[in-house]
Amino acid sequence: MIAVELSKLVRSRRTWVTIVLLDALPTLVAFLLALTDLGPRPGTGPAFLSAVLHDGTLFPLAAIAMVLPLFLPVAVAITAGEAIAGEAQAGTLRYLLVRPVGRTRLLVAKLVSVMAFVLLAVVVVAATALVTGLLLLGHENTGHTLSVSGTTLSTGDLAWRTSLALVYAMLSMLGVAAIALFLSALVRSPLAAAMGTLAVLIASTLLLTLDAADALRPYLLTRYWLSFVDLFRDPILWRNVVHGALQQAVYVVLFLGAAWANFATRDVTD
Amino acid sequence: MIRTAALTKRFGAIVAVDDLDLDVRDGDIYGFLGANGSGKTTTVRMLLGLVLPTSGEIHVLGRPMPHAAAEVLPQVGALVEGPAAYAQLSGRTNLALFDAARGGRAGRRTRSRRVEEALDRVGLGGVDERPVRAYSLGMRQRLGLAAAVMRSPRLLVLDEPTNGLDPQGISEIRTLLRELHAAGTTVLLLSHQLVEVEQLCSRVGVLDRGRLVLQEDLTTISGPTGRVLVRTPEPDRARALLDGQVEDVTGNRLLVRYADPAALNALLVGAGLRVDELAPEHRTLEEAVLAATSAGSDRIERR
Repeated sequence: MIAVELSKLVRSRRTWVTIVLLDALPTLVAFLLALTDLGPRPGTGPAFLSAVLHDGTLFPLAAIAMVLPLFLPVAVAITAGEAIAGEAQAGTLRYLLVRPVGRTRLLVAKLVSVMAFVLLAVVVVAATALVTGLLLLGHENTGHTLSVSGTTLSTGDLAWRTSLALVYAMLSMLGVAAIALFLSALVRSPLAAAMGTLAVLIASTLLLTLDAADALRPYLLTRYWLSFVDLFRDPILWRNVVHGALQQAVYVVLFLGAAWANFATRDVTD
Repeated sequence: MIRTAALTKRFGAIVAVDDLDLDVRDGDIYGFLGANGSGKTTTVRMLLGLVLPTSGEIHVLGRPMPHAAAEVLPQVGALVEGPAAYAQLSGRTNLALFDAARGGRAGRRTRSRRVEEALDRVGLGGVDERPVRAYSLGMRQRLGLAAAVMRSPRLLVLDEPTNGLDPQGISEIRTLLRELHAAGTTVLLLSHQLVEVEQLCSRVGVLDRGRLVLQEDLTTISGPTGRVLVRTPEPDRARALLDGQVEDVTGNRLLVRYADPAALNALLVGAGLRVDELAPEHRTLEEAVLAATSAGSDRIERR
């Protein structure tokens, strides 16, 4: 069933349109930076963006930092929101279930397919950003890069930290995917499932800035998303990264469990 | 093949299926009839494990449902409430995906052969690679049937399989169902088309407001009613002669309660009565269904 879902994902035109749109913002930014040579002042704007003016190899990170807070989760919410509700709406859900495809197996295949989409999106965004970064912003061939802490990182060091950061960015989407899947199994409209997920995201982002919500902060979905910056400190500051990964795992267990509890015994009447 | 005992489904306060004892035997083409909203589709969804019963038991192919769904459903082909497919993909891709969804390893060639066989069976063998979005209603219906008959199931559950087809197509599907039946497939056919059911089915069940009001072999239903239809130019004389046994007179046609048509004929002719026509009355399926049911749920009377 996982193979079937992946095949549907790759064949869907929407998958590729979404990824191209996702890719448009960082590419536009690369062009603007190259044309104007005006970066944000250090300490402002998205992470790494002030540094990329001198070093295009950092642009993949800047690109991920740009799409991670909003664009990528929106894309994930739409894709995962469609997962069950979309099949129900199209009438294909009943035909999958009588094939038969076990309901649990279907849910897991859908989560895997959504995460494959995230992988695809992150890889495409990072690869495009690497190419545009190198071509448009150039690369000082010093063989090393300045870390966030001010020490220098070798090219090899930068490469594996960047890979780790990309993996972390993907992991960060697990929670959104699980919430959207849960809503997708619960409601009949794919749009409602996506919108509901966005509402959770926006609420989380809002509460993060509110001092009164301090006690909630460690549990908020978006709390640790940008912690991948810590991977570029010297030495690496693991605490938030590990918290972030664990937190996503908890979200997956909670919401996928809820989705399963609901979907496994639900009447399929669409 | 299919057996339910006291099967009941409630949606909130609504009783969709009420104490149903369905009995579809091996080798039947079972016509499952009932007005819109009578609970046919809910019953079928319960048989296939899509909807869970409130109470009662279901056995399909001798195994309990939905508990044994993983063993039972691979031997069942189904068309439930209209066909559905991934609109942006071709018919072939759709069938290949549905086939692959069942799991189990199959090479590309095995899968492709299954798909082509199924398309041939429903008369879509020469279809191009256009997406299902561009299919006509009839083509979608055929594609849905193709998905149902793929891998030659032992039991076919078909909800209005000829919906959207022209008379030519309807006749083709009827032939297909006869072929499949001859090859040993049991068919549960949901339909509004009484004529279609009369032509195809060996057994009929009628659902009315969630209750099974009739379940009988078609030969029993359409057997003689024990009445004889007589056409004579002298209805008044005939009536006097058969005092008390005439149930209805319309013009020169009489409906007579009489067990033996030949004896009745001899009696009338012996009395010097001219008889134009004399035949035992047979009940049509429509009469049987109408007698057993009330108006459908889509009829709402003014109070």
